[in-house]
Amino acid sequence: MSVPILEVIDLHAAYGRIEVLRGVDLTVPKGAVVALLGPNGAGKSTLLKVISGQMKQTSGDVHLGGVHVQNPKPDELARLGLTTIPEGRSVFPNLTVEDNLLLVSYAGVPARDVMDTAYSYFPQLHQRRSQLAGTMSGGEQQMLAMARALASDPALLLLDELSMGLAPLIVDELYETVARIAQSGVSILVVEQFARTALRVSDYGAVMSGGRIVMTGEPNEIEKDMADMILGGVL
Amino acid sequence: MDALLAYTVTGIFTGAAYAIAASGLVLTYSTTRVFNVAHGALGMLMAFVFWDFSVRQGLPSWLAFVLVVFVVAPLIGVFVQRVLARGLGEAPVGVGLVVTVGIFVGVIGLAQQIWPPAARPLNQFFNQSGTHIGSLFVTWHQILTIALSGVVAVGLYFLLTRTRVGASMRASVDNPELLQLYGGRPDVVAALAWAIGTSLAALAGILLAPIVGLDYYSLTLLVINAYAAAMLGKLKNLPLTFVGAMGLGLIQAYAVGYLPSDAAFSGLRAVVPTLFLFAVIVLMPQAQLRIGQVKGIVSAPVASLGRSVSFGGVLVFAVAVAVVFLSNSNILLLGTAATYAIVMLSLVLLTGYGGHVSLAQFSFAGVGALAYAKLDSPNLLGLLLAAVIAAFIGALVALPVLRLTGLYLALSTLAFGQLMDKLVFQDSHAFGFNGTLTAGRLSVLGIRFTDTGSYVVLMSIFFVLVAILLLALRRGQLGRVLVAMRDSQAGCATLGLDVRWLRVGLFAASAGIAGFAGALFAGLRGTIGAQDFQFFSSLLLVLVAVVWGVTSVTGAALGGMFLMLLPVLQSDNPSIAGLAFAVVGFGAVALGRDSNGLANRLFVIGRFLRDQAFEVVRSMPDLRGDQDLDAEPDLASDEREVTDHAAAASH
Amino acid sequence: MPPLLRIENVVVQFGGVTAVNNASFSVEPGRITGLIGPNGAGKTTCFNVISGLQKPTQGRVEFLGHNVTHTAVHRRARRGIGRTFQRLEAFGSLNVRDNVRVAMDIRGGFRGALRRTTQDADLLLERVGILDYADDAADSIPTGTARLLELARALACEPKLLLLDEPSSGLDETETEIFGELLRELASEGTAILMVEHDMDLVMNVCHEIHVLDFGSIIASGTPAEVRANPVVQKAYLGYSDDATTELEPVKP
Repeated sequence: MSVPILEVIDLHAAYGRIEVLRGVDLTVPKGAVVALLGPNGAGKSTLLKVISGQMKQTSGDVHLGGVHVQNPKPDELARLGLTTIPEGRSVFPNLTVEDNLLLVSYAGVPARDVMDTAYSYFPQLHQRRSQLAGTMSGGEQQMLAMARALASDPALLLLDELSMGLAPLIVDELYETVARIAQSGVSILVVEQFARTALRVSDYGAVMSGGRIVMTGEPNEIEKDMADMILGGVL
Repeated sequence: MDALLAYTVTGIFTGAAYAIAASGLVLTYSTTRVFNVAHGALGMLMAFVFWDFSVRQGLPSWLAFVLVVFVVAPLIGVFVQRVLARGLGEAPVGVGLVVTVGIFVGVIGLAQQIWPPAARPLNQFFNQSGTHIGSLFVTWHQILTIALSGVVAVGLYFLLTRTRVGASMRASVDNPELLQLYGGRPDVVAALAWAIGTSLAALAGILLAPIVGLDYYSLTLLVINAYAAAMLGKLKNLPLTFVGAMGLGLIQAYAVGYLPSDAAFSGLRAVVPTLFLFAVIVLMPQAQLRIGQVKGIVSAPVASLGRSVSFGGVLVFAVAVAVVFLSNSNILLLGTAATYAIVMLSLVLLTGYGGHVSLAQFSFAGVGALAYAKLDSPNLLGLLLAAVIAAFIGALVALPVLRLTGLYLALSTLAFGQLMDKLVFQDSHAFGFNGTLTAGRLSVLGIRFTDTGSYVVLMSIFFVLVAILLLALRRGQLGRVLVAMRDSQAGCATLGLDVRWLRVGLFAASAGIAGFAGALFAGLRGTIGAQDFQFFSSLLLVLVAVVWGVTSVTGAALGGMFLMLLPVLQSDNPSIAGLAFAVVGFGAVALGRDSNGLANRLFVIGRFLRDQAFEVVRSMPDLRGDQDLDAEPDLASDEREVTDHAAAASH
Repeated sequence: MPPLLRIENVVVQFGGVTAVNNASFSVEPGRITGLIGPNGAGKTTCFNVISGLQKPTQGRVEFLGHNVTHTAVHRRARRGIGRTFQRLEAFGSLNVRDNVRVAMDIRGGFRGALRRTTQDADLLLERVGILDYADDAADSIPTGTARLLELARALACEPKLLLLDEPSSGLDETETEIFGELLRELASEGTAILMVEHDMDLVMNVCHEIHVLDFGSIIASGTPAEVRANPVVQKAYLGYSDDATTELEPVKP
């Protein structure tokens, strides 16, 4: 078996005195899509922050591609092939679409290639290339964010709450893109509230609660108990 | 017609230089959120370096120009951003202001130290030669300046809109964390912005120096004109900044040309940029309250009433003993120190408790002194009235900024200080140009304090009274509310507090205390003039206050003593006069992030000594549990306070 | 008799992004109203509009029958709108007790300058269950405690309407239960409570009425039982529900 692209071992992290991650163990095999689910405040976004270098762990290890990374800077990781699409608006609203794509080239892909990829996947973005990203609809902004995921040619892609504030139909389209990125061999860790949609494109699911992974398994196993986990058993 | 053309060309030339300086300021502010008060000072420093290279070392002008603008200035800019101003973008506005004012004063000191005052003529480029446009003679230097402002405009436009690093500069304004996730480096972007910004300051300084003269202050204060222009674009918009700069340059030139030439208007010309700035501030749209994670600030301990009274008594006694032994001139110095200490108390209220920065506290002192002298009733009523007038003026300064954030309040005080310096105090109805007014010594309840010694003791009593008042306020309701407002304005507003008017009140009270000190000072000196309340001293005051601790009364006392000794030290050792400023300036840069200052470190030492001495007592069961909650069980800090006062007083 | 609070057709746009899209609902005294919805649905923005920290692009806010759309934040507070914050706004430099005392100071004005507020503050701290932390600095206490502190602080102003933004996050199960009890108690005293909350157990247990916000619009309103059974809500939370229709039908209360 090959080395997993991401391995998280007994990870602890805290905001001040409040421990948010309490010993997380998680593995993303090379080329796999893993959905990370769980109720609000379970620590999912914090986990992504530690993996992407935005936050320091208090203890525990993160291995990327078999390499133990210590105190990484987020920009270094980004240039090494870790693409993170954070929660919320992950584009620069006061920059044009084209400028946003220009910045994607920091990940190591020439700007021309970035734009070619982006515009061929999303012709809509080409029409709006000189428009400020912030003036586009939420779906189009998320499209632009996904264009970064596509064009930056990552080894590992971290997606946080892709669906936040978007209509289900658009979410579905975005996840089609995720599936397409996955087919090209990119490993993906996706944090999602729209659990069913995320599980549809995943190879594995993991459920987080209270700062720990409480359940892992095949998507259909997870989906069975998911409503309980997300809505506290009321739906 | 020719005259109009001539003024227009002058205006465009000046406007072009402002535009260059202002666009540098906008670039650094918008990418790093640090408003660099020292922008003009850096331009001044670079103009001196240019003089050094081209005149003293004899390098060709063009080579000196290239070296300064493209090598020295960018390096300095990166150094300032990386070392001196590091992390200020996320710090409270007040901290950023104090640190950059520290750089401002430090750089002036540095320039004085390296290039002591002397006549340093600097020729225009191309040796004053020029060409005729119609009947008008225009120097090549002017044409070069105008052309360069165009080059800067086009260059910045190209950089920001056509390059990746330019895009990341704009991106880091929005969201530096996201930029990092893209693989961009916000720190590199910030360093680059400061390198370019400082280059532009240097360029403006070098171009203006032959016209305004190679002077520490006039070049430095051009920053006010630059930010008046930048304010039109809300410190963000470069095209509007250029428009503002050109407009300002033209207005200034026409003011020179067309305002009547009598004395009443001579000052008005100098303050055109200031008036322009006030106009822009009044027209700015309302700012919304910020919501964000609140971080607490550990404050210096607050002494209880009993202790402050008893230690205040000891201080007054020490002063009374000291005046018996000191020479008359030294007693005057002690009185000066008391004045400064009271002015510093006004900053303890405004900055230490309230979190706002005023860069014109001496101007308010001047207002108080002026009112006291003009009222000509040297008694308690006259004294209080002078303070009230200063408070009223303070409210007037804070009012236009009512709807805006703290940065704009501080900037408008800077403008106000300029206005008082150049226009009001020099006016014939005030002190007059180079003139003085006389003021009588105070009489309290029929007793006249004609003797300098007893007057200084009276001043120390006033210091203690104001200090006790402030401490009582800090312990009480208002003190709590002020600290709460400093922590979270949004939190206070949703509890029903009108934060805007409380800020005006706070500002007025602080100006009132400064005015009170100024009135006492007028009585001490007998004759006072505009030079006693110079705007630059206000900057020094803030820095010294922060270095010694702006959150405690002890800090104010120590700071007042220090501020009095500074000019004494400088006149005794003229060779290190500049160095002294540099030490204060860069000292504030080093200590500005902790507003508790040196005084609090003394408290810590005091507490340590107490812990050693009272170890036995401490090991006994704690019986103090049910004491008044407000009283800080902090004996040693207060003891320390007194010994320091006494030590300083016997100087 | 007009409702205590009514917001009508409120729209909030940031640049081109619509955070709140034509939201209308009202809140009655003595009732607990839940405002739920996925992340980014515009709930906190709604709170900011009601408390005055955010000017709406369009629409109207009425409180006690008065139009307060353009009323300043502090005036609304004085009329009886109190709130807590999702990202905490406790006064970090002060201790927990003084945080509450500040609220009492502001409420009482300078007339009450000599009023002893310590005991009143402690009573409130005891009521929300954090008296043990009274002497701790407010920036050193756990998140859940700080949220309760913000509640105590808001209560010190005796609000008619209480806006609680995710009040139970950071509380454990037992604490949440006690907290729910407190909410019921406050409501029974006549306070209107509008609450943004992610803990569905708590919402379903204590709320009299629930509005579901999605993409800035109210997509469903009703009692907990009604909302629970609503397929549109399932869809908003889970992406797709097997029995949800494709068209979104706003449900009128």
